[in-house]
Amino acid sequence: MNTLILLGVVGVTLYPFVNIIAQSFSGESFIRAGEVNLWPKGFNTTTYQLVLSDSLFWTNYRNTVVYTVVATAIAMVLTTCYAYVLSKRKLRGRNVLIGIAVFTMFFNGGLIPNYVLISSLGLTNSLWAIVLPNAISVFNLLVMKSFFENLPEELDEAAQIDGLSTFGILFRIVLPLSKAVMATMVLFYAVAFWNSWFQAFLYMDRADLFPVTVYLRNLIAGASTAASSGGGTDLAQVASNIQSVTMVLTVLPILCLYPFVQRHFVSGIMLGSVKG
Amino acid sequence: MSLQQSTTTTTGAGVAGPEAATAVGLAGSMEPPKRRRFGRQREQLSWRKTLKRDWQLYALVALPLLFFAIFRYLPMLGNIIAFRRFRPGGSIFGEEWVGLRYVEMFLTDPTFWAVFGNTLAIGSLTLLFCFPLPIILALLLNEVRSRYFKKFVQTISYLPHFLSIVIIAGMLMQLLSLEGTVNQIVRAVGGDAVPFLQLPEWFRTVYVSSEVWQTVGWGTILYLAALTNVDTALYEAARIDGANRWQQTWHVTLTGIRPTMVTLLILNIGAFLSVGFEKVLLLYNPLTYPTADVISTYLYRVGLEANNFSYAAAIGMFEAIIGLTLILSANAISRRTVGTSLW
Repeated sequence: MNTLILLGVVGVTLYPFVNIIAQSFSGESFIRAGEVNLWPKGFNTTTYQLVLSDSLFWTNYRNTVVYTVVATAIAMVLTTCYAYVLSKRKLRGRNVLIGIAVFTMFFNGGLIPNYVLISSLGLTNSLWAIVLPNAISVFNLLVMKSFFENLPEELDEAAQIDGLSTFGILFRIVLPLSKAVMATMVLFYAVAFWNSWFQAFLYMDRADLFPVTVYLRNLIAGASTAASSGGGTDLAQVASNIQSVTMVLTVLPILCLYPFVQRHFVSGIMLGSVKG
Repeated sequence: MSLQQSTTTTTGAGVAGPEAATAVGLAGSMEPPKRRRFGRQREQLSWRKTLKRDWQLYALVALPLLFFAIFRYLPMLGNIIAFRRFRPGGSIFGEEWVGLRYVEMFLTDPTFWAVFGNTLAIGSLTLLFCFPLPIILALLLNEVRSRYFKKFVQTISYLPHFLSIVIIAGMLMQLLSLEGTVNQIVRAVGGDAVPFLQLPEWFRTVYVSSEVWQTVGWGTILYLAALTNVDTALYEAARIDGANRWQQTWHVTLTGIRPTMVTLLILNIGAFLSVGFEKVLLLYNPLTYPTADVISTYLYRVGLEANNFSYAAAIGMFEAIIGLTLILSANAISRRTVGTSLW
């Protein structure tokens, strides 16, 4: 009974994935007739060729890669610096520093002031509009902080006696010991930036700057407008084929990495929940 | 006393006795390096020492603090445009005071109350399903004997958590289209195909069930961890006392994971009003506005599509304050009643 329910859960979870993969390889007419569920019908790869020959798709895909790499790198530097300092229990003003970060988890400026700020800083249509406003995730910060706190204090003392500076301790002692948590944090940030779309949607109006998520969003929005205005079913159906391909290509990196890194995500969450 | 304190904090001259000096010391600790001259005597000395010893640590937080100041706290101050006339391209803090005009405007705006109601409805439904279901799934997983099967189910059920909301919206549109899988089932049982995403009466169901699909598996992680910490001796004791399977689950298991449940409940309540803005934005359309439009999407349209920045900021601030109030009161209530709190 128990097993059956759980198998049901697995089935329901996987079904949408299987469905878009099947559609991505299917002929349009079969999807339109509602015959494509678990297995492709009218198997072909022309839709893939079609999407992959679209230069805008490639530009946007490359943008996603660039944004993700740059944003993750910057986020890691800032988060590591702050988390390391927060992990120093004896530091004066530590609680204030923690408070400054944690308060932003529960209260934020909101959409409009943020929009006004980013525009007046002149960040629209630039990579920085995506990177800077999300450079520190407080959740990740707390995860990293609790990891650093668990490193033995004697290490620090020994290093100080050996004449290492704070930076020396951070780079030569702490970071080499923190490879696991660093990997987890990189994954957390990278997945979040890879998946993000709204920031780009809001602050960019040049199609050649979009990440692939916005490319996909525009496909979907186009299709749904066509469907709701009625009569445009042809357009919607052609798009549904292409939509599936784009979705598959967008999640592909995550799906490929997922089995190997899933463990890290879970350990990261656990670390985050074990807080002070 | 209060007068003296306010003078000392504004002028920074510590002339008002020991209590005021402490107050200044506290204020000084808000921004470690720069304000040290504000404190007198003992504070000053130890700050100097602290700085000498730890300046490298303080240097490390400079950039992150700059980030928080510009991208978190400045927008909070920017909410002031809710009370000021705002000219796009002008100062981010607006041009002139207009008092509570924009607050009155949304309080008398029927659309605002409609979207407020929608937000409450979607928020409550989400809480009703997305809070208990992970507990049930975790209990089911906890009963599984085979370690491999358990790992397998976990791995699969966490997967949706890592998908972009755009992908989720795309999947929903395919599954719910007139020829999609859901409508094939509807036809198979003899019904007529339903254009789910065009009908206001279906929006909440679609929203909540996709939310369940995406969050339930991932939501089990903390419960599973808590479950492994439940003392197995308690189960034996309960068995000896004649408790059956259900009673054991009720009295031992659920009691064991209660702190986790309360913590997650508080967090869920705090997020109550911030109904998945991005998901609604992707899924709704003018046809479904009557049930789908929520506070955040309304203020998005008012502010960024109709350029009513001040009005939208007033609504946004209202939403943020309610959110903060909700989480603070949930936290206070749980501290009093069950002794668990976030901080």
